[in-house]
Amino acid sequence: MNLEKVVFAFFIVLALTLNFGFFLGSLDDPNHHNVYELYAALVVSLIATVMKFGDRAHIGAVLLATSLVADLQLIAAVIIWGVTVYGMETGLTPPIMASIVSLSGGALLANIISVVILVTETVMFRR
Amino acid sequence: MHNLVYLLLRRMRLPLIMVILAYAISVLGLVLIPGVDDQGNPWRMDFFHAFYFVSILGSTIGLGEIPYPFTDAQRLWTMVATYTTVIAWLFAIGSLFALFSDPGFRRILSYTLFTRAVRGIREPFYLVCGLGDAGHLLVHELAGHCIRTIVIDNQENRIQALQLEDLRVYVPALCADAADAATLRAAGVNSRHCKGVIALTDSDPTNLTIAITSKLISPELQVICRSESHDTEANMASFGTEHIINPYDTFARRFALMLKSPSMFLVNEWLTSIRDAPLREFTAPPKGTWVICGYGRFGKALQKSLSFEGIQTVLIESDVERTGAPEGVIEGRGTEAITLYEADIENADGIIAGTDDDSNNLSIIITAVDLNEELFTVGRQNRRSNDAIFSAAGLDVIMQPGTIISQRIVALLTTPLLTDFLRLAGQQGEEWANILVSQVVGVLTDRPPDSWTIRVDAEQAPALLEMFRKGSDVTIGMLCTDPRDLTVTLPCVPLYLQRAADEILLPGNDCVLQPGDQVLFCGRQDTGTYMRWTMHNFNALNFISTGEDRPSGYLWRWLAERNASR
Repeated sequence: MNLEKVVFAFFIVLALTLNFGFFLGSLDDPNHHNVYELYAALVVSLIATVMKFGDRAHIGAVLLATSLVADLQLIAAVIIWGVTVYGMETGLTPPIMASIVSLSGGALLANIISVVILVTETVMFRR
Repeated sequence: MHNLVYLLLRRMRLPLIMVILAYAISVLGLVLIPGVDDQGNPWRMDFFHAFYFVSILGSTIGLGEIPYPFTDAQRLWTMVATYTTVIAWLFAIGSLFALFSDPGFRRILSYTLFTRAVRGIREPFYLVCGLGDAGHLLVHELAGHCIRTIVIDNQENRIQALQLEDLRVYVPALCADAADAATLRAAGVNSRHCKGVIALTDSDPTNLTIAITSKLISPELQVICRSESHDTEANMASFGTEHIINPYDTFARRFALMLKSPSMFLVNEWLTSIRDAPLREFTAPPKGTWVICGYGRFGKALQKSLSFEGIQTVLIESDVERTGAPEGVIEGRGTEAITLYEADIENADGIIAGTDDDSNNLSIIITAVDLNEELFTVGRQNRRSNDAIFSAAGLDVIMQPGTIISQRIVALLTTPLLTDFLRLAGQQGEEWANILVSQVVGVLTDRPPDSWTIRVDAEQAPALLEMFRKGSDVTIGMLCTDPRDLTVTLPCVPLYLQRAADEILLPGNDCVLQPGDQVLFCGRQDTGTYMRWTMHNFNALNFISTGEDRPSGYLWRWLAERNASR
C-alpha cells in the first residue's frame, strides 16, 4: 500500500462526493444546497489540484487538467454566490441559484472524469 | 523549460497545500463560531466575510474586527488563524526562495536559458568547446569580427569570467561536459545555423570525442580541433576533421620559417595576427647553434624542424628516460648555470626554454642571458596569466600555445583565401617576400595590417555587376581608389585573386575583374570600408571609372542626356 496513492485517491473521490452532495436537490431551491458543502467542495478540489502538481506522466497531466476545470467551475459558482448576496444584495433568487448549481454540476462532471481516469489507471497497474 | 516548471511545481506542492489548509480551517472556524452584532443579537459570520477577514489577516494587514466587534470566542480563534496563516505563508515563500537559490535549480535554470538563447540565434555561429587561453582569445577575436559563438566549458569560473566581459556580440555559455552528445546537441550542433565545431579543451581525448560526435551528428559540419599528440591527430584526420591544429608543430614550422626566410615569416605573421596587437619590431634569429631546454612535445617539434633546416641543436632534458631523448642529451633542468655551461652556452647563438613550467622557463632564460648576453631568447609561455612577467623578461620570441591556436583559427574562419595565398607564397623566394614586405610596409601606420576578402557577386558587389552589364571593365586599381578623391589610392595591396580554376598571386592594378572572382587584400585597418562603398554604390564606381559625377535622379539624368545630345 502506497500512502501517497491513498491520500491522492481520497482527495479526488472526496472532491467528487462533496460536489455531488451540493449538486443534489432541486436546481433552483436555495434550501436544497448547503453553503458549507460548496465551501468544502472548493477547498478539497483546490488541494486535489495542488497534489497533482509536478506529476510528469501523461495521465498526471490529464488529471491536473480536469482538476483545474473543476476548480474553475467552483470558483465561478462561489463568485456568483458572493456577488449576488453581498455585492448586489439581490439575494439567492431561483435563477441565480440555478446558475450556481449548474456551474457546480459542470465541476461534478470534471470530478467524475478525474475519478474515471484514476480508476482506469489503478486497474491498469493491477494487471 | 518543461523541466523548470516541473521542478517548481513539485517543490511547491507541500507549501501550497499548507496554505490552502490554513485558510480553509481559519475560514471555517470563523463561520462556525457564534458572534454578536451591534444590536446585541446573536450573529454568525458568513463565508464571504470570513474569507475577507482571513485574507487581510494572512497578509498581516489586519484592519480590525469587522463587520461587528468580536466575542472572546471569535478573538481566540482569530489568534489561532493569525499564526497558522502567517506561518503557512512564510513557509510557502521561504520554500520558493530556497528553491531559487538551490544549486540544482539554478543549473536547470541556466541550462534552460542557454538552450533558449541557442535556439534564438538566427545567424551563422561556431560552437567553441573549451574556454582555456586559446578558446578565450578565439571567442574575443571572433566577437571582434562580429561572428557569433557558443561556448561550452566544464569550469564554472571560466564561464563566469566570460560573462563579465564586454563582448561585441552576446555569447551564450554553458558549464557542462562538452564530450557529452546531449550537451553538444543542446548547444546547437545540429542547428542549421551552426557553421562548425571548434574543440579546444586541454585534453586530447575530449577533443577527439567532440570531433567524432559532431561528425556523427552532422557530417557536413566543419570541425577544427586542437591536438597535442600525433597519435590523436592521425585519429582525428581519419574521420575527416577539417583542420587539426597542433600548437607545437605550428610554432616549430613558423620558427623554422623565421630562420629560413624572415620576410616570408613577417608576411605570415601579419596576415594571421590578432587585430589589436601593436606592430612589433622584428629581428631575425641567428642561424648558429641553439640550445633547447626541455625535450617534450614542444622540444621535439622544434628540434625536428631546426635540424630539417640544417641548424645545430644541443638538448637539455631532466627526464631522459621518459622523453626518449637521443644520444648526447645533457641531463638537467637548465635552470642552473652548470647545466648550461655543459651545453656550451657561451658559444651558442640562441636558447629555447620549452619546458611545461613557466617559472622554470623564465629562470632558464635569465640564467642563460647572464652567462651570454648575445643570446637570442625564445620562451614558451604556458599560461596567459603570466603575460606581465614574460613581457618584463624581454624575450625575443614568446611562444604561447593559446595565441598560436586562436590566430590560426581566426585566420581560417575569417579569411579562407589566406590559406591558399600562404601556400602559393610559400613557393616563392625570399626576394619576392622582401618586395611584398616593403610594399605592405609602405601603406602601414603603426598598427599591423588587416586582411580582407571581397567577392564579386550580387551580395557584395552589386555596383560591379551593373558595370559589367553596361559593358565596362572594372580593374582592381579602380577598387583601390579612394571614392572621395580620385587622386588618392587606398592604403592596401591586392595579394591574391581566385577565379574558378585560376589563381593569380599579387594581381596588378590593371587586372580586370570578372563575376565570381574573390580577391584577398591586405592593408591599413578599416580600409575595406571604403572599398565596400565603391562595390555597393554604382555612382561612386562610375565616378572612379569615368571621373564624372553622374546625376543620380531620373530627371537630372534626362536633362544631362539632353544636354549631351545637343
